[in-house]
Amino acid sequence: MTAGRPETEAGTTEAGTTEAGTTEPGAAGPGATAPGTLDIDGVSVTVDGRTLVDRVSLTVSPGEVVGLVGPNGAGKSTLLRTVYRALRPTSGRVLLDGADVWRMPGKRLARHLAAVLQEHAGDFELTVYEVVAMGRTPHKRPFAGDDAGDRAVVTAALTELDVAGLADAPFDRLSGGEKQRVLIARALAQRAGTMVLDEPTNHLDLRHQLDALRLVRRLGVTAVVALHDLNLAASFCDRLCVLETGRVVAHGTPRDVLTPALLAEVYRVEAYVTEHPRSGAPQVTLLSGDDRPGRGRRGREAART
Amino acid sequence: MTDVTVGGSPAGVPGAADRRRRLPYALVLAGLGALVAVAATFGIAAGSVGIPAGEVWGILLHRVHPALAEPTWSPVRETIVTDVRLPRVVLCAVVGAGLSVAGTALQALVRNPLADPMLLGVSSGASVGAVLVLVLHVTLFGAFSLPLAAFCGALAALVAVYFLARSGGRMTTLRLVLAGVATAEVLSAVTSFLVVTSNDPHKTQSALRWMLGGLAGTTWTMVWIPAGAVLLGTAVLLGVCRPLNLLLAGEEAAAALGLDVHRFRAALFTLVALMIGTIVAVSGQIGFVGLILPHVVRLLVGADHRRALPAAALLGAAFLIAADLAARTLMSPEEIPVGILTALTGGPFFLWLMRRRTR
Repeated sequence: MTAGRPETEAGTTEAGTTEAGTTEPGAAGPGATAPGTLDIDGVSVTVDGRTLVDRVSLTVSPGEVVGLVGPNGAGKSTLLRTVYRALRPTSGRVLLDGADVWRMPGKRLARHLAAVLQEHAGDFELTVYEVVAMGRTPHKRPFAGDDAGDRAVVTAALTELDVAGLADAPFDRLSGGEKQRVLIARALAQRAGTMVLDEPTNHLDLRHQLDALRLVRRLGVTAVVALHDLNLAASFCDRLCVLETGRVVAHGTPRDVLTPALLAEVYRVEAYVTEHPRSGAPQVTLLSGDDRPGRGRRGREAART
Repeated sequence: MTDVTVGGSPAGVPGAADRRRRLPYALVLAGLGALVAVAATFGIAAGSVGIPAGEVWGILLHRVHPALAEPTWSPVRETIVTDVRLPRVVLCAVVGAGLSVAGTALQALVRNPLADPMLLGVSSGASVGAVLVLVLHVTLFGAFSLPLAAFCGALAALVAVYFLARSGGRMTTLRLVLAGVATAEVLSAVTSFLVVTSNDPHKTQSALRWMLGGLAGTTWTMVWIPAGAVLLGTAVLLGVCRPLNLLLAGEEAAAALGLDVHRFRAALFTLVALMIGTIVAVSGQIGFVGLILPHVVRLLVGADHRRALPAAALLGAAFLIAADLAARTLMSPEEIPVGILTALTGGPFFLWLMRRRTR
């Protein structure tokens, strides 16, 4: 368990003495690990004869944020599950800094890689604090209690995700968006250098969507984020990887990938792609089919009179 | 170890407006400890020969060290306390604590707060094992034959129910409870069949004890094996509190937080079956203890197992000592099997819980 622990020891002492809530999330906490290189190498997943992920390869450099986009059922979640060890790939390997994630102890992987899942636990009346404190588990020995450093990390994560006021509230009774933020806070408390996030902006309102993705960027972690909102993906990701029926169909910078032709092919929608007025990132505007002159509400009203 | 018990309750979380009110943990533990002591005192004092509480403690202290109390009682009373009442109360404490702790663990392992050793058919499996040994005169492992067979039965039932209830990686409450109840029914039928066809009235009598659950006629020799198993089981569970907590977050989340879910669950199933098997071998099926008490404990101290497990052990011990006291005294000189009493109180509680949760 202790052999070959590569995490940096920096910050162990500071975090223990820092005022609660002031620990910078990007800064190292107790047991924090450096951003890693994530290498998904020819991964396929077949369940009951159906191929959900088909020979996907994707390399993410340290500190890089890659967005995973694609229609429902494209295999985004399935692919991510092979990374955080919930689903073993049928073939292919997932490597973190060159080491096969399926061949290392789970606890060691969890110190280097944190996941934000869509699954919501319920029924047991855990408090928000307790849910976030679970993120410290990979760093603890069996009988060890939570020390001051752990509490500082948990409190900082709660504050960062704007849920400190809910610390003692039962997790089950939160709204969908609040739950989502708590689960992101749990991953943050893991202090892992690499993160996978499965639609972390689901259920979040606009402000918290932006906050969550800004946070991922600010942490400087290696990240793979499954996202539905293409405009968010274009604004926050260095690269986009487009999946369709388990295959990578496009891969590159948001500008290269998000084209009207690709949107028509993959999503079967008609869309304009324009530049964001300030950031210059590509922005997708959908044509609903009701936008043609004379077909909108105004057009119909005009026709009636 | 002291560190373990204080973990999980943060001091000074800023702006915790709707803080859940919980009693200080040390206070809860002290209160529960006192409850066990009070229940045990009354459990030893009450019976066909009433013994004053002061005398009970005098005899016990005298036993611990003769200088601690001056004997003012008759030797008969000392025999009643040390050889008749004390082993029974100690066994009650062991069984109660074991069922309560095993129930708490089981609820986390199947991620369902409606799990209970009896509802999941685990106790019925243990009964089948125990009755088989009795009917077939198996004495291969001496005094361990019975608990060993009960353990195997419990484990087989638990594994069967788990895989029956699971489909496509999901396990709904409905499927779990149905699979448990059906398995329990089948196994109870097997037990009944074995008893009816054994043609031995004495065995029928002792088999009935397993089916109804009772602690009459307890001697010291019956105490050691379940006491050892419960102590071992509780100690191991206290060591794996953190992974047990992770399971509450869901299987995938637990895997993402570094837990080898399948291996962990297999190991703990074995441990829980060991506790329940050895318990059922001496006490029979005492239902609902492992269902009600974990809920009460979670209300008192929260779901974190580092806090819940010690409290569950103490509360379980106190509860079963009190329940057994009631079973002995309510219709004295007749004795009600304690399993009937726990079912009478636990059944309605289960129904209330089910109604509340499905709303």
